[in-house]
Amino acid sequence: MLEHIELFFKSIFVDNMVFATFLGMCSYLAVSKKVSTAVGLGAAVIFVLTVTVPINWWLDQYILQPGALTWLGAEYADYDLSFLSFILFIATIATMVQLVEIVVEKFSPSLYNSLGIFLPLIAVNCAILGGSLFMQSREIETVGLALNYGFSSGIGWFLAILAIAAIREKIRYSNVPAPLRGLGITFIITGLMAIGFMSFGGMLTGGEDASDKEKTETVINSEEDNTNTNVEVAENAVTEASEIIEQ
Amino acid sequence: MGLLSKKDSKLILDPLADNNPITIQVLGICSALAITAQLKASIVMALSVIFVLGMGNVVISLMRNIIPSKIRIIVQLVVVAALVIIVDQVLKAFAYSLSKQLSVFIGLIITNCIIMGRFEAFALGNGPWRSFLDGIGNALGYGVILIIVGFFRELLGSGTLLGFKVLGDPIEKTGLYSIGYENNGFMLLSPMALIVVGIIIWVQRSRNKALIEEN
Repeated sequence: MLEHIELFFKSIFVDNMVFATFLGMCSYLAVSKKVSTAVGLGAAVIFVLTVTVPINWWLDQYILQPGALTWLGAEYADYDLSFLSFILFIATIATMVQLVEIVVEKFSPSLYNSLGIFLPLIAVNCAILGGSLFMQSREIETVGLALNYGFSSGIGWFLAILAIAAIREKIRYSNVPAPLRGLGITFIITGLMAIGFMSFGGMLTGGEDASDKEKTETVINSEEDNTNTNVEVAENAVTEASEIIEQ
Repeated sequence: MGLLSKKDSKLILDPLADNNPITIQVLGICSALAITAQLKASIVMALSVIFVLGMGNVVISLMRNIIPSKIRIIVQLVVVAALVIIVDQVLKAFAYSLSKQLSVFIGLIITNCIIMGRFEAFALGNGPWRSFLDGIGNALGYGVILIIVGFFRELLGSGTLLGFKVLGDPIEKTGLYSIGYENNGFMLLSPMALIVVGIIIWVQRSRNKALIEEN
């Protein structure tokens, strides 16, 4: 249980997909002009990540890893197919996205209308492939943790795009220097937000000497605070940005 | 350029400045920023993308008449993934430490939006030679930004370029360090990559007013 909680908060705040590893930046910048579309894309990312990461975990464990083919028989124990992981992961992602699109269109037209246009975008979103590749390189142990990892990184991505979309809606009323308008200021705001998110780095390592029990308590206590802090971070970024503009 | 006609050389030169994939079209930022803390990694990444995009454009362009349009995204992904596997295996064989350092970001070339963007916008409608030039041009435009960011981050962050101590030795206080210069460790952290790109965009757009966005 402890490792689940730890992984959950770590993937949302400490290893946030956008601010720590810059994954999914293309759609993050392109679709963040309005909060409503940002929410749609963010929800689609959470959904697809939650589905694809566990599937790719199974593929990695039972096909790709060195020695993963032992279940086929002892003579396959030496095979190492890990060089195929890129092509297999991307194939899974592309198929899953197509499948999800068909299923959602069939059973929930209203959901399809709000998510539908984003689903094709997602097949080429680096955050999705990145989730699977990080899952592989960090050697996540169980399928439950892989599910948790996919879901919580999706939430991290969702929070990031929501925050930047809110800021961009407000910044329209500010007098940004002409050459910075649009793309330039978005980059700089994202940089400032990333600096803010770096302060979460100490969240899980702060009590290194403390016993595991104390660790859990701090994690649980910070659960409530985090939502507030996140809003604060976004607000701080707005203030900082407007200060820059005034200068 | 004697070798290339005027129209062809435009294909290569345009993406380097006024139609740059990163600063104007906003593509391919994903895998670009995280690895630019050092110049060497940026150069390797740029070369990998030049190879993948150049070859990928040729392959897609040769197959453009036989790909059914409904499944073209999957076909494109498979072509890129195959090329990226080649790059990854070559790096693992000849530059293992560098390949460890780039970790998953070589794999993320697959979902680099520049590549899918060029396949969709150019290679599906043009012949192999022109697609090749277009691919090389766009990958060079991407590489230039990567190398500029890598250059500044490594120079200001650790005072070295490609590992050579160009500003003197910080521990023995030689060169610039003898007059009290300090490295700015902040440049090595990932957020600074975004801010450096933001500044590049600022400089570029103040020089070319036509690029300024409405809002």
